[in-house]
Amino acid sequence: MNESILIIGAGHAGVQLAESLRENGHDGTITLIDQGAQQPYQRPPLSKDFVSAQEPEALPLRSEDFYTQQRIELLTGARATAVDRAARTVTLSDGQQRSYDRLVFATGARNRVLSCPGAQDPRVIGLRTLQDAENLRRQLDGAQRVVVAGAGFIGLEFAAAARARGIEATVLHSAPRVLNRSVSRQLSDWFTQAHRADGIDLRLGEGVQSIDAQEDLLVQSTAGESHRADLVVYGIGVLPNVELAEASGLACENGILVDAALRTSDERVYAVGDCANAERDGTRVRLESVQNAADQARSLARTLCGEPTLYSDVPWFWSIQGRHRLQIAGLAQPTDSSMLLGDPGSGKFSIALLRDGQLVAVESVNRAADHAAARKLLARGERITEAMLAGASLKELANATPVAA
Amino acid sequence: MPTITFEQPNGTATDVEVAEGGNIMRAAVANNIAGIVGECGGQAMCATCHVYVNPEDAAGLPEPSEDEDEMLDCTTAERTEHSRLGCQVSLGGALQSIRVAVPSDQV
Ligand SMILES: Cc1cc2nc3c(=O)[nH]c(=O)nc-3n(C[C@H](O)[C@H](O)[C@H](O)COP(=O)(O)OP(=O)(O)OC[C@H]3O[C@@H](n4cnc5c(N)ncnc54)[C@H](O)[C@@H]3O)c2cc1C
Ligand code: FES
Repeated sequence: MNESILIIGAGHAGVQLAESLRENGHDGTITLIDQGAQQPYQRPPLSKDFVSAQEPEALPLRSEDFYTQQRIELLTGARATAVDRAARTVTLSDGQQRSYDRLVFATGARNRVLSCPGAQDPRVIGLRTLQDAENLRRQLDGAQRVVVAGAGFIGLEFAAAARARGIEATVLHSAPRVLNRSVSRQLSDWFTQAHRADGIDLRLGEGVQSIDAQEDLLVQSTAGESHRADLVVYGIGVLPNVELAEASGLACENGILVDAALRTSDERVYAVGDCANAERDGTRVRLESVQNAADQARSLARTLCGEPTLYSDVPWFWSIQGRHRLQIAGLAQPTDSSMLLGDPGSGKFSIALLRDGQLVAVESVNRAADHAAARKLLARGERITEAMLAGASLKELANATPVAA
Repeated sequence: MPTITFEQPNGTATDVEVAEGGNIMRAAVANNIAGIVGECGGQAMCATCHVYVNPEDAAGLPEPSEDEDEMLDCTTAERTEHSRLGCQVSLGGALQSIRVAVPSDQV
C-alpha cells in the first residue's frame, strides 16, 4: 500500500487510475506524467460540442486542485522517453529520472496520419488533442467547405457537426461502408442514408489520392474526382502508443499485451485504456472508448490495492452523429446475426446482435431506453434469445426477475 | 450567482456557486465534489452524474427530456422520482439555488 506508482499518460485512463488508487486506500506516492501541457481534459467533446462551438472551453477531467488534494503528483509537459525495467526507472524528456515500484502505461493512441502528397499543408488536420481541436475550430470559423477523409466515428461526428453549422461537407471513405470496423451492416447503411439526408456528400469506396494545396485545397480522390475545400480533416484510425513499452522489452501486438488482470509480462508493469490489448474470454481486445479506459483503470486500482481483479465490465460506447445519438452495449463480431428492434424509419430503433442464438450486443439509435436495458441485461449475463426479444422489449426483459442462467 | 448545495451520503453538505447557465455536473467536477463522475462529459450518455433533487426544489425544474428519462434507468444507485442527471439540469434565471443529494454509488 506504500508502493510508489508511476502512471505514464494522464488521459481518461491515467487520471481515473490515480483517483481510484486513492479511493481504494493506496497510501504511497502516485505520479502522473503527460506530454501534454494542459490540465488533463475530456476528449469526446472535441469532435462534437467543441466543433459546433456550443462548448467554448475544454472540459477538464478533474478540477485543478483535485491533484493536490489527492496527493497526486501531476507532471504535465513531461514526456517519458525511456523505461529501465531492471532498475525500475523512467526517464523524462527533461532528463529527470523517476523510480517506481509499479509502472502503468496509460499512453493511449495517436492518429494514423494522412500521408498522401499535399497532406503536410497546415489546413490538413487530424483530431486527437485539444490543440488539434483549437486549431480546427479557428480554421473552421471562416470555412465554407470541408473535406473529411475517413467515415469512422470521429470523421462522421465532425462532418455532421460542421454540416449543422451550415458548412458544406464531403466525406471520402475508401471502404464500401461507413463505420465498417465498428457497427453492424444495417446500422452502417442507416447512417449512410441519414447523413446524406442531412446534406453530407458521402462518397464510399473513394479515398484521398493527393491534395493540391493552392489558395483552396483541391482534394483528388482515388475515383479521379477533385473536391474543393477550405480545410481537410482526417479520421483514418489510430495507432496505440506502444513504442516506449516495446523499447523496454514488453510484448506488444496491436497494443501492449496484458492478461485479464491488465498485467504485462513484467509483474510490476501494467497497461490500461486505448494502448492496452487485453485478454478477454480467451481472445484479445483493444478498445478505444472512455468506458473501457475508466473501467479498466478502476479494475486495476483494486488489483494494485491488494484485491486481485480480472477485468470483465460490459463494454459500452456512444457517439453523437449530428442529430442522432448512437449508443452501443456489448461487443459484437462481424459474424453475429442481427435482429431489428423498432422501426428505423422512425429514427428510433435498435439492432440486437446475437451469437449462437444469444444476445451479445445492442446498437441503439435515439433509443436510450434500449441501451439502458441492454447494459443491465448484459451485465447480469442472462441468456437472452431471439424468441425472447421477439416477445418483449429490452426494458421488459431487464425489469423481469432474472432467471438463473 | 446561482448556488448548488451538494449533500453527501454521510450528511455533510457543500455549497458551490456556478455561473448563470452552468449545470450541476460541471459545477461538481470543477469543484471536486465527491461522488459525481460525469464520464461522458455531459452528453446524457453515461448516467454517472446522477443526483437526487431536494423535493422542494424539484418544482422549479423543467421536466427531464426523453433521453434523460431513459438514461436514468442506467443509474447504479436506485432511481427515485427525484432522480436527475446532473449534466441535464442547469441553473440560472428563476432557479438560483438548488439542493441535491449525491447517491452512494455512481458506477
Ligand atoms: C475527438 C475524439 C472523440 C472521441 N469520442 C468518443 C466518444 O464519443 N465516446 C467514447 O467512448 N470515446 C471517444 N473517444 C475515444 C476516447 O477519448 C479514448 O478512448 C480515451 O481517451 C482513451 O483514454 P486513454 O487514457 O487510454 O488515452 P488518452 O485519453 O489518449 O490519454 C493518453 C495520454 O498519454 C499521453 N502520453 C502518451 N505517450 C506519452 C509519453 N511517452 N509520455 C507522456 N505522456 C504520454 C498522451 O499525451 C495522452 O494525454 C474520442 C476520442 C477523440 C480523440
Ligand atoms: S455526464 Fe454523462 S450523463 Fe451526465
